[in-house]
Order: sequence, then C-alpha cells, then structure tokens
Amino acid sequence: MDDTGQGASIDEADEEQALTPLAPNHVKLLRAQAAIVTAPFVIGSLVLEAADLLPTGAFAVPVLVAAAWAILRVPLRRHAARGYDLGADRLRVVRGLWFRSDTVVPFGRVQHIDVTQGPLERAWGLATLVVHTAGTHNASVSLPGLAQGDAAAMRETIRTHIRREMP
Amino acid sequence: MSEPEGDGQDQGQEAGRPRRTAPLGILVGALSDIRKAVLPAIAGAYGLRDEFAGIGFIAGIAALAVLFGLVGGAVRWLRTTYAVGAEDIRLETGLLSRSARSVPYERIQDVSIEEPVLARVFGLSKVTFDTGAGGKDELALAWLPLAEGERLRELVREWKDEDAHRTAPGAASPAEPTGEVLFAMPPRRLALFGLFEFSLAAFAVAAGAAQQFDGFLPFDIWDWEGWQARLDGGGHWLAALGPFAQAAAVSLALAILVVVGFATGLARTALRDWGFELTRTPKGFRRRRGLLTRTDVVMPAHRVQAVEVRTRLLRRLFGWHELRFVSLAQDADSGSHTVAPFARMTEIAPIAAAAGFALPGPEIEWHRPARRAFVDAAVLGSLAPVMAAVALLFTPLALAAPLPLLALPFVALGQVLNWRRARHALDARQVYGRHGWLAPRIDVASRVKLQSVEITQGPLARRGGYATLHLGLAGGKLSFAAVPIEEARRIRAAVLDSIAGCDFSRLSSADRPAGQPIPDGDGTGHRRTSTAGRS
Repeated sequence: MDDTGQGASIDEADEEQALTPLAPNHVKLLRAQAAIVTAPFVIGSLVLEAADLLPTGAFAVPVLVAAAWAILRVPLRRHAARGYDLGADRLRVVRGLWFRSDTVVPFGRVQHIDVTQGPLERAWGLATLVVHTAGTHNASVSLPGLAQGDAAAMRETIRTHIRREMP
Repeated sequence: MSEPEGDGQDQGQEAGRPRRTAPLGILVGALSDIRKAVLPAIAGAYGLRDEFAGIGFIAGIAALAVLFGLVGGAVRWLRTTYAVGAEDIRLETGLLSRSARSVPYERIQDVSIEEPVLARVFGLSKVTFDTGAGGKDELALAWLPLAEGERLRELVREWKDEDAHRTAPGAASPAEPTGEVLFAMPPRRLALFGLFEFSLAAFAVAAGAAQQFDGFLPFDIWDWEGWQARLDGGGHWLAALGPFAQAAAVSLALAILVVVGFATGLARTALRDWGFELTRTPKGFRRRRGLLTRTDVVMPAHRVQAVEVRTRLLRRLFGWHELRFVSLAQDADSGSHTVAPFARMTEIAPIAAAAGFALPGPEIEWHRPARRAFVDAAVLGSLAPVMAAVALLFTPLALAAPLPLLALPFVALGQVLNWRRARHALDARQVYGRHGWLAPRIDVASRVKLQSVEITQGPLARRGGYATLHLGLAGGKLSFAAVPIEEARRIRAAVLDSIAGCDFSRLSSADRPAGQPIPDGDGTGHRRTSTAGRS
C-alpha cells in the first residue's frame, strides 16, 4: 500500500482519455514568449562575438542553438503537456512539463470567473480563463491558451451551472 | 451630535439616521498618539541636546503631538458617520476624498468587539464587522460606547435570525444549548500556561538595544570584569569565593535569565489570555480574552473550515494542546483563531465536536507516505557529501576523502524519521493529516468544505509513482506529501464526490445544528452569484 514503484504518473489510467488539448494557436503564443525571453541572450552573444574575444562562433553558436531549441521544440512539448476537461460539474486543468500539476475545481466552489487577454493573446485570438475559489491554496486557477469563443462559452457554462443551484 | 446611550425604545425610528462615534474617542486617539511620539521626541531631544534643555523639549514635542492628534481626530470625528439601516450598515468617512461603504447584514459573518486599555478607561470599544472575505472587507467602527457596540451586535444577530426564519419558514430551530461555557481558563491554568511560555524575548530586546546604544552609555556593557566588580560591591564576597567566583557569577546570571524568562512568559500570557472564555452562542462561538485590551469575537459555527491541534515538545509530555479554528477570519496576530490555547485532549474534543468536527480516534486508518519518496530524498541529500568526497580525492588531502561519507548514515536516518513523521487518513466525512513525531500537529478538515484538489508531481515523483496532494482550504493549508499516486487519485475522487453531492442548500446554513453532517456548500459566506467576468 505504501509505494507503487512502477513509475506511474498522473497521465495514466482512465483519467487521461478525457483531456481536451488547448487551441493550436497557443503554440504560437508560447513561441513568441520564448523568443522574447531568449532575445536578450542572443543579442548579448552577438555583441560578444563582435568583441572578438574567442574564435568566431564560440559564443554565438551555442546560444543560437539553445535559442532555436527553446523556440522551436520546447513550445511544442509544453503545449502537449497541457490540457483541460470541462466536466458536468467540475473543471480539471493539467499543466506542467517537469512539474506536473493536475487541479480539479468543482463548479460548486467557484466564486467568480474571469476571462483575460494579454496583448499577445489578443493577436492570436486566445484568452485565459481564470477561476477563483475561496481556498488559500489555488485561490485562482488559470487555464491559458483557449480560443476566445471557447473561453466565453466555458464561462457561461460554469455560470449557468452555479445559477441553477441557487434556490 | 453624539448618540444617546442604550436608548432602546426610539432606536427603531432613528434607524437609518447617520450618527457619529463617541466624541471621547478623539481623546483616546490623541492619547495613543503620545505613545507613538515618545521615541521620536527622545531622539529629537538627544540630537538637539546642545540647543534645548532636555525634559522641556520632550514635553514640548509630546504636547505638540497631542495637539495635532486632537485637531486631526476632531476633524476625522466630524467627518465620520455611520448609519444602521434596515438592510445594511453604512459608514461614511473622509475629509477630502469621501468614501461611503455599505455592508449588508447578510454578508456579515463575525462581529468582534475590542477594547484596548485606553479605550476601556473611557468605556469605549471598537466594533469590527467581518464580511468573510478574509479581512480585506472589514468594517470597523472605532470608539463606540460599549453598550452601543453590543447593541449593534445584537441587531445583526436578530436580523440574521429573522432572515433565517423568513427563508425557511416553519423550520423549528433545534434547541441548542446557549451560553454554555465550552472552555475557560481559571487563573491557575493561566499561570501554568505562562510558565510553559517561557520566553527570552526581554533579553533579545535588551541585547539588541545594548548593541545599538552602547555608544551612549557611560560604561561598557560587555565588560565582564566590570559587572563582577559591581556585583561584588564593597564586600568583595564574590572574590572571596576564590576559583568558584566565576562559576558563581555565571550561575547567578543564568538564574536571573531563567527568572526573567518565566516572568516574561507569565506576563505575556496574562496580558493576552486573562479571563479566557469560550461560550456557545445560538449560531456559533464567542471568545473573550485579554487583560488590558479586551477582545470579544463572535464566529458562526459554519464558518469553521477545519480545526488544528497544535502542541510543543514539553507541553506534550504533560498532555497540553492547543486548538485552533481555521476560517477566513483573521485573528489579531496569526491566521487561525485560537479557541483553546492550553487544554487537555479531553477538553478539546467537545469543542471540536461543537463545531462539527471529530478528532481522529483510534479506529482511524492512518496511511504512511510512499517510501520511495524518502529514498529519493536521501539520494538527493547524499549528493553533496559524495561530491565533496570525490573532490577531496583530487586534492592533497586525498586520505580525508571518506570523511564526508560519514554524513550519509545521518542523511538516511533523517529521511527515515521524516517518513515516520507524516500520516494522513480519510473517512466518511473528514480528511485528517498528522505531521511531526515529538510534537505532532493534527489537522482535521471537513470533506465538503474543501475548495479544490490538486495533485502535483515533480520529475522524480513521476518516476517514483508518488505525488503531493494539495487540498484547497479557505484560510489555511492542507497538503499531504509523498502520497502514492493511486491513493492520491482515490482521495481526490472521494473528496470531489463529497463536494458534488452537497451543494444544494444556501451557503450560510444557519439552521443546521452543530454536530450533524454538514449539508451545505462551503460555508465560507461568499455570495456565489458574484460571477463577475470581464468580456
């Protein structure tokens, strides 16, 4: 009963089949974010190149390779690691590549719902659904990478479910 | 200008008329400003000691502070009004930027009355209405006469009673014992508690002050010989003891330390918990305590999300524990309200039962965390000594390389102890967590009052088949580390089923008698219709 030792992870068993992947544009958003993060390093390496401290390419090549990996490969994997499941009475959000987190919020515990859009998200028609609970931990659970229409529809679904319960 | 005191008959007609707080409150505010002005005055007097005479300057600054306090307080008093309406309480404040806040009765969860010592002298109190939003949305009326504060509290309680009858007409309120004292601390128990609260805080403060100000003192504090000479006095009795002089001096100093430590503990405990009394009220609990500053907090039973039982090593040996209620209300210094600071387990169990919680009994099946997690932690912990040993091999001290490896058994032992320290359990109504070995902490949360469930796994945990289970609790934390993944999923499914099965009644199920299974939603007092969204 104490340990399984079989390398079981969250993704197995019947819980995995129902996960809905995020919108395809979300990969583009992640790529844009990765590009913004790696840009200073690329520029820095090019500057160091111009300073001619080491043989040509000693700075630029590793940094460019790392940046290319971060922009091309990592967003795909991050996107594949995320998902959600809008059940009949609960919302399940899975995220994280190295540190997986699988959160379930029952609709009956939702205090209020936000749909937010950052500037990058607006460019690709994406939105983030933020669900607030009364708990101290996970006071707000956010689900990024939804198409704008989907996010609004999900908000309405959750809202009607809550309203139905009031006598 | 000032309202009549305790005038019951015509309050009804005056309901809704704006009133001002007690004018004596201005004086209370000004007097407490003196306390804040003393240190700057002393600092200023010292800095300007060449130009001004000492005491006169301090007195002058203090008088100026009082004057400013009086003027400012008078202006604030003129501009602050509150109105007790039929549906809400309204407070308007502000001189330049006016702000009007209205709190409907149904949103008020706790009403607490606090009387600091200065205010008690004048018979005034501060009334705080807590709306259940975790301390951010409090409405505080400062310096009302005590009778008026209690009248307001009664008003809120009556409104909630009527409201409960309106929404559930004909539902007979079950006969609940009212006014029953659940827990009280007589002076003997308080003294014992004070002894256990031994504190060297006084010395910490004195040492810090000595550190800062030792340039100002005419003698050197750290001169050990000088202290001994002073202790000797003229009789030189200490030096006459010969070689034992040093030992005698040290043991005397230690004895003083111990006495001061106990005295500090007793004083702090007496100030904070004098006259501690926890009584049951029709809808919840009322806790009164304090010697100089008297606080009086009323909390509805359904607001309690979980209970915590805490203890410390020495106390546990003698069988003393502390019980706290976890809720969104904020106690004066810490998050959870302490309802029984120093009690036996036999006294704690009925209090928890009154709030609807059952402490874990002997029939609970405790589950241990996954062993693999601690093996992983031990491996991670032994990386540092192993790397140190390997590094040493390449230095001239190669023979000393095995020395860091001596730490490995201790790392392993530490992880074995960690594994034994934590336990968790689940039963039909509640979730239990137990951490610690010598001074165990017990957390009991009601399954239906949880807010969310999260399972997290790091990379090692995914390979090892265990996870951390976080249970969302309003006002506290409850998480179990290193739970085997299957069990974590099982617990999550069980908790979600409990939550889903029970959301059909109103949030503040005030008609539910304490001790019965909790049928309502989360009881946190939030309005669920506030599904505000931006679009």
